[in-house]
Amino acid sequence: MMDSAPAVKAVAANGNDAPLVELKNVNKYFGSVHVLKDIDLVVRRGEVVVVIGPSGGGKSTLCRTINRLESIDEGTILIDGQPLPIEGKALARLRSEVGMVFQSFNLFAHKTILQNVTLGPTKVLKLSKAQAKEEAMRLLERVGIAHQAEKYPAQLSGGQQQRVAIARALAMHPKVMLFDEPTSALDPEMIKEVLDVMTDLAREGMTMVVVTHEMGFARNAANRIVFIADGQIVEENTPEEFFTNAQSERAKDFLSKILVH
Amino acid sequence: MDWNNFYDKLLNFGPFLEHSNEIWSGFLATIRLSAMAAVLALVLGTLLAAMRVSPVSVMRATATMYVNTLRNTPLTLILLFCGLGLRDTLGFMAQAAPTVSGYWLAVAGLSAYTAAFVCETLRSGINTVPIGQAEAARSVGLPFSQSLRLVILPQAFRAVIAPLGSVLIAMIKNTSVALVAGYFEATATMKQLFDDVGATVPLFFGFAIGYMILTLPTGLLFGWLAKRMAVTR
Ligand SMILES: Nc1ncnc2c1ncn2[C@@H]1O[C@H](COP(=O)(O)OP(=O)(O)O)[C@@H](O)[C@H]1O
Ligand SMILES: [Mg+2]
Repeated sequence: MMDSAPAVKAVAANGNDAPLVELKNVNKYFGSVHVLKDIDLVVRRGEVVVVIGPSGGGKSTLCRTINRLESIDEGTILIDGQPLPIEGKALARLRSEVGMVFQSFNLFAHKTILQNVTLGPTKVLKLSKAQAKEEAMRLLERVGIAHQAEKYPAQLSGGQQQRVAIARALAMHPKVMLFDEPTSALDPEMIKEVLDVMTDLAREGMTMVVVTHEMGFARNAANRIVFIADGQIVEENTPEEFFTNAQSERAKDFLSKILVH
Repeated sequence: MDWNNFYDKLLNFGPFLEHSNEIWSGFLATIRLSAMAAVLALVLGTLLAAMRVSPVSVMRATATMYVNTLRNTPLTLILLFCGLGLRDTLGFMAQAAPTVSGYWLAVAGLSAYTAAFVCETLRSGINTVPIGQAEAARSVGLPFSQSLRLVILPQAFRAVIAPLGSVLIAMIKNTSVALVAGYFEATATMKQLFDDVGATVPLFFGFAIGYMILTLPTGLLFGWLAKRMAVTR
């Protein structure tokens, strides 16, 4: 997997430099708690941004504001140049262009694996059942779950469920994929199978925002590390620079805690 | 004590056998009322539950008011209102023939009342569906209505099949006050027979068992469905 790192980064470097996700001066409060403070962040097409930082720092909230699972109190968020609509059909359409992968998978419990992947394409993209199924099977093949298409989520392991969740998001042909700690709920032996799928995606040029503490993935696949603490972007840098030569005390402190073992 | 009289009045199977046709048609009327009211109560109750979790505050308030009003009013009152208020005062006649209009008035009252209970049962089911399911539905681009219809409600229904069975059993027994709305069903038939030929034990048990024949299988069916349809997480 180490060998793939340069290849991953080459894609982004060759990619279109247009900003795909733009957060400008974003502020968010939960009651009186200020969880996102003046966030400015640009993610370019084909770029892979890894968000790391201490627990409670606002990483999940940041991720969730990008497809408006959380509303913001101040600032603007643009996806491909368009501001996020407030509610309704327009928001739903825009959400379908932003894939989301959750820590707890959140596969639709009453639907089969195949139905999980075809639901969005048939209902939102209005694909025919046959078309949706064909594409779903191709995606399930790609994440290695095709032979389990008729099973229900509860019958799959965590790693398999998370790979299905990735396929479900990809079926919508998203412009950008958000991952909120996609491997944190997994047993150690299943983490690699999920990270492999994500690394492949990155290599193919998918724009990704990934909240993760998997330093291996961050080093291999990320173009940029964004370090968030106390609701603020404290530091932004390339993985090499960040891991070997962090500038801020917060980042140094954080790295010393997660890298000693 | 006059044992002959006791026997004649209480243990005489004669009236039960002689009037079995009336008993049968009484229960047919009960079944017709139950079936229609059950369907309408489920539809209206689902609609109300959807309104109660809707992002539109007017809808939430309307549904909440409806549920609180209907659930806290005696059914007899509601049916009396349907029978007298709706038919006589408002001049509402569903059909020309009185028995038919009694049917629809009873259906209206009973389903309006039961819908409040269906709504609350379903709402407790919605609360069992993890928030992540709704978030995932929204993330794939489903608007609120489709998230509810395709992801939340199907799981909520499966979670409350057994309690919904209890609501329907209560509703079947509640048909017994439909007489006050002007609808003649099994209990009204029993009262008529008691008046005409006397209150005998076989007649009473005949009717009581008749209700059980309707309610017990309902409970068994819903219990079986609940097991079969349970969502494993
Ligand atoms: N739904 C919520 N309601 C209130 N506070 C919240 C909610 N979600 C998160 N928070 C708070 O916001 C802060 C940031 O949380 P989060 O974004 O989950 O951090 P991270 O993902 O970096 O651990 C924390 O202080 C957390 O307690
Ligand atoms: Mg988090």
